[in-house]
Amino acid sequence: MSEAEVKNDKGFWRRLKAGLGKTRSQLATGVGNLLLGEREISEDVLDDLETSLLLTDVGVSTTKEVMDALRLRVSRKELNNTAALHGALAKLLKELLAPLVRPFEIRKDRPFIIFFVGVNGVGKTTTIGKLARRLTAEGLSVLLAAGDTFRAAAVEQLKVWGERNEIPVIAQASGADSASVVFDAIKAAQARKVDVVLADTAGRLQDKTNLMEELKKIHRVVNRFDANAPHEVILVLDAGIGQNAISQAKAFIEAVDVSGFVLTKLDGSAKAGVIFAIAAELKKMGLTKPVYFIGVGERVEDLRPFDAGDFVDALLANE
Amino acid sequence: MFDNLTDRLTQTLRGISGKARLSEENVSAALRDVRMALLEADVALPVVKDFISQVRSKALGTVVSSALNPGEAFVKIVHTELVKVMGEANDALDLNTTPPAIILMAGLQGAGKTTTVAKLARFLIEGRLGAKKKVAVVSADVYRPAAIDQLQTLAAEVGAHFIHSTPDEKPLDIGKRAVVEAKKVLADVLLVDTAGRLAIDAAMMAEIRDLQASLSPIETLFVVDAMTGQDAANTAKAFNDALVLTGVVLAKADGDARGGAALSVRAITGKPIKFLGMGEKTDALEPFHPDRLASRILGMGDMLSLIEEAQRKVDKRSAQKLARKIQHGQKFDLEDFREQLKQMSNMGGMTNMMDKIPGMSALPANAQSKIDDGMFKKMAVIIDSMTAHERHFPDLISGSRKQRIAKGSGTHIPDVNRLLKQHKQMQKMMKKMSKKGGMQKMLRTLQAARPAAGVRR
Ligand SMILES: Nc1nc2c(ncn2[C@@H]2O[C@H](COP(=O)(O)OP(=O)(O)OP(=O)(O)O)[C@@H](O)[C@H]2O)c(=O)[nH]1
Ligand SMILES: Nc1nc2c(ncn2[C@@H]2O[C@H](COP(=O)(O)OP(=O)(O)OP(=O)(O)O)[C@@H](O)[C@H]2O)c(=O)[nH]1
Ligand SMILES: [Mg+2]
Ligand SMILES: [Mg+2]
Repeated sequence: MSEAEVKNDKGFWRRLKAGLGKTRSQLATGVGNLLLGEREISEDVLDDLETSLLLTDVGVSTTKEVMDALRLRVSRKELNNTAALHGALAKLLKELLAPLVRPFEIRKDRPFIIFFVGVNGVGKTTTIGKLARRLTAEGLSVLLAAGDTFRAAAVEQLKVWGERNEIPVIAQASGADSASVVFDAIKAAQARKVDVVLADTAGRLQDKTNLMEELKKIHRVVNRFDANAPHEVILVLDAGIGQNAISQAKAFIEAVDVSGFVLTKLDGSAKAGVIFAIAAELKKMGLTKPVYFIGVGERVEDLRPFDAGDFVDALLANE
Repeated sequence: MFDNLTDRLTQTLRGISGKARLSEENVSAALRDVRMALLEADVALPVVKDFISQVRSKALGTVVSSALNPGEAFVKIVHTELVKVMGEANDALDLNTTPPAIILMAGLQGAGKTTTVAKLARFLIEGRLGAKKKVAVVSADVYRPAAIDQLQTLAAEVGAHFIHSTPDEKPLDIGKRAVVEAKKVLADVLLVDTAGRLAIDAAMMAEIRDLQASLSPIETLFVVDAMTGQDAANTAKAFNDALVLTGVVLAKADGDARGGAALSVRAITGKPIKFLGMGEKTDALEPFHPDRLASRILGMGDMLSLIEEAQRKVDKRSAQKLARKIQHGQKFDLEDFREQLKQMSNMGGMTNMMDKIPGMSALPANAQSKIDDGMFKKMAVIIDSMTAHERHFPDLISGSRKQRIAKGSGTHIPDVNRLLKQHKQMQKMMKKMSKKGGMQKMLRTLQAARPAAGVRR
């Protein structure tokens, strides 16, 4: 990232924090707000804190784990006021996310093949458009594969993103076999010496066995072509989705060995606290998978690297 | 995770025996379980709080009949209240106006608005709401790439009149033009698709408010993704404040999400849920059934009725065990399989049980007859010939072990193989059934697989 971009990103986080503060409706009070100043830690403070975690979709069991850890420290008198509690909470949440931080990197393999998977409407196609901009800005050549041959105008949508980025889009007619589209795209990338292939796939709900099988098939076809491919399989998660995101993560990991995540729509009022539950789940499974990026809007530049510290600070932001 | 709320409540209320009144103390304990279950289902916390206090007043002093254990009795109370909260209003579309009756769609990005427009068009064109209608559709989404193309493709598919628009028009102008054109082509209904927008995007919310003011639609439907988390509360409130909503469509309800967002949106807007989106295809639109969704939110899937039926046939403990086994399909080993075979024969065999599982009777008769009770006895004998270790780890059963088991049970190796295969299938099926709404999905899979499997109609 250039210095200007870094600065831009910092500015963004400030805006995001401000945004989060502003959007907190009458229903929800900010976590940070509860912990303002150096008040005594009462049972009410702890209850409200628990409430706030639940309101960000952290989920019952992860919230309980976090609260148990904090309560223990309060009972041991290690935390004596709300300011200390705030610090301890932020630290704990950042630790939970620590294994999810790893910068996104295009490694040496060529073409470097990246798959985008996820349930319907989460932002796969849009994320591809945004990532293509980032990669071309780094001087890489990029080609898009219109692997969603099912949804109406999915190909046209990807083509618009191709035009915006001035990069080729490999597509077949609607209804074509999506594995063959992806295969075509890889062949084309090879012939044209393109560095990166971003492959779009149709949205699918994770419990639809036949659709998950189809995805596995695309994966197999690419894998047969190059044993290291796909080099990344990115699961796109919508910040608005609640506890079902856990089951999405599990199912897509099982089916196509997801290598990382993108969290979209963080410019809205949803806070994606479910990522903490996913982090806990990954830990149980003995896996570490990064969140590479977050989506913060619909424009081509609205993709940011994930920063756990900033993410937690935004979540706990004071009004 | 509290997959089985009934189990948990049974635990919580184990102190109470039949005919007891629910007291302040045990109601509070039980309500904590309900609160957890609702939160796990993504019901928004403020809604959970209100709902809990409502259930508290209903439950206090309730006499627990001896037919149900207190846990089950409590679930019933909660379930009934949930149905009441979700289903009081009339859920039909109101198109009673001078044509064209305008329906405006609103919602967050990617919720399912455009797809729902196509589904509604088809619904009305096919005459599933009174007489067959002539339907026109228009897209006022000038932002999302190829959004207009998407609607055009779908309109052609369902046979709706597509009114053209372009990304450089203003949504307000598109709306006005569409009304004129819809009148000209004598459309009964005009469906207006809009761009997805964040509730906190003041400019975009103003845009749709102006559009609504200009169109005065008879229906303004808020489309919400069934997988939505806590944010459903904020979003529903913001859209309801900005617009006069007349109803809600819960899209992507065909997944395994518990769908607590439905309750949140219903409670916060007070507007009825009119339809469920049950798939990506244009025919996948279903009228809303509050009772089904209530079971699902409570994490009971379709098991509630199975529990009730089973209860009548066998003793309570084994019935609950059966339900538990189904709920926890993951841990279903051969030991459990044998236990289940035994329970099944207690309940009058599989054929009898199938009748009681909702929807099972819809299976073709010869598919049903394939399920033969004698088969189960043989299977139980084979399992009896295994060591405990083998029952727990069926994957260990090698060729030589199979030979020993076949000999011990007076069967042949292919029989043992078949049993192991059936157990695997059963395990898979259990896993599916343990998911919410899994039973129905399983049935759909079975039925879809029917012709391929060569079963005659
Ligand atoms: N506000 C906001 N909207 C986004 C973001 N990412 C995507 N969207 C919007 O979400 C909607 C769905 O995005 P798509 O990229 O089409 O999602 P998809 O996962 O490809 O959808 P399917 O292919 O239909 O499964 C579009 O309206 C996008 O503009 C984001 O980070 N913020
Ligand atoms: N499984 C399933 N998928 C659905 C359902 N409804 C919509 N979808 C899918 O969800 C994705 C988004 O649907 P759209 O209709 O494009 O959503 P939208 O609200 O118009 O999106 P924007 O215009 O980008 O805001 C698509 O992949 C649809 O096929 C449903 O009921 N079930
Ligand atoms: Mg897409
Ligand atoms: Mg749309």
